[in-house]
Amino acid sequence: MDFKDYYTIMGVERDATQDEIKRAYRKLARKYHPDVSKESDAETRFKEVGEAYEVLKDPEKRAAYDQLGANWKAGQDFNPPPDWDAGFEFSGGGYTGGDASAYSDFFESLFGREFRSARPGGERHGFQARGEDHHAKILVEIEDAFRGAERRITLQAPEVDASGHVVTRKHTLNVKIPKGVRQGQKIRLSGQGAPGFGGGPAGDLYLEIEFEPHSIYRAEGRDLYLDLPVAPWEAALGATVKTPTPGGLIDLKIPAGMSGGKKMRLKGRGIPGKPAGDIYVTPQITVPKATTDKARELYQKLEQELAFNPRSKLGV
Amino acid sequence: MNTKVLSGIVLDEETVLSLGDLCNACSRHAEWVVELVDEGILQPVGRNQDQWRFPGTSLQRAHTAMRLQQDLEINLAGVALALDLMDEIESLRALVCRLE
Repeated sequence: MDFKDYYTIMGVERDATQDEIKRAYRKLARKYHPDVSKESDAETRFKEVGEAYEVLKDPEKRAAYDQLGANWKAGQDFNPPPDWDAGFEFSGGGYTGGDASAYSDFFESLFGREFRSARPGGERHGFQARGEDHHAKILVEIEDAFRGAERRITLQAPEVDASGHVVTRKHTLNVKIPKGVRQGQKIRLSGQGAPGFGGGPAGDLYLEIEFEPHSIYRAEGRDLYLDLPVAPWEAALGATVKTPTPGGLIDLKIPAGMSGGKKMRLKGRGIPGKPAGDIYVTPQITVPKATTDKARELYQKLEQELAFNPRSKLGV
Repeated sequence: MNTKVLSGIVLDEETVLSLGDLCNACSRHAEWVVELVDEGILQPVGRNQDQWRFPGTSLQRAHTAMRLQQDLEINLAGVALALDLMDEIESLRALVCRLE
């Protein structure tokens, strides 16, 4: 298990005041909040910051963490010394905001797993209640949204066992991915959430759609974006070129005098729906390499006969 | 093992959720959802609470509101402002994508 340097994560000195820690947390939380941030590692950073704050904001946990010593380096292999927490009292103030299940092994080795199950609503005896709704994110291909698909998914579902402990249960489902789903949309599966209590109905399961990164397309809502390499003569003279779409290859007409980087819209060829999305094709002019005598000769001929100055607009 | 293929409902603009659906899916009391409506974060159709019908996309919005409120300790008026600005940024980004 790797040692985590909570002070470095928060960007504060080891002798920072509680107010400084709070200010650092607020700033980082806004920067990396997954709903707000566009940074690719926002979610990981946000969880890391949340975990660091959980320890440093609580004087008891912070004092216990501090007595591990300042000589540990982030990433160093770590095992808590026996009785490391002797003499500290934890009031178990609990996790205010963060998702405790996301905390690292390092955190758990120090402050214990039991925090995890310390969630409200654990005691449920002798009455009937509907089971909790569960939420999960699933990865699907863009093509699945185009045609619809069936996917077998396995989820880890937390459950409270007979002795009141939280255990993880594997939940495997075959799910229909409806045609036309978009990134971030949710699918509700009735009765697939947590079982009810005392004969109450089960909760629902909500699946959030996330597209796998695609080698060709990028999705924005129902629209798809794709970069299409074209040869300089195709851009200059115009051409009809084969273009992939999730619905199959199509012939795309490139108008003569096309400048690279200018988008072309294929109306209604994006993800199906009302209205269907579009595909935006961005031609990228790709220049052949002058690796043979023939190619060099052709480039030299162009240079001599075209009198082309690509920098004329720059006045040079 | 369960081999039955399950079909769900996509929560888009056309599906509807009741106040109870939203409360269950967010594990929150109705009072909290009512506050979201009062702040204009969610806009149900229907005059009385028991007739309220929310578009399916409301769940996503309610979840985002919940996370912003908890994680950044923003009050609901602040959450409403953040959501409006995030919507605006998203539509501007989409426009930039098309124009670039």
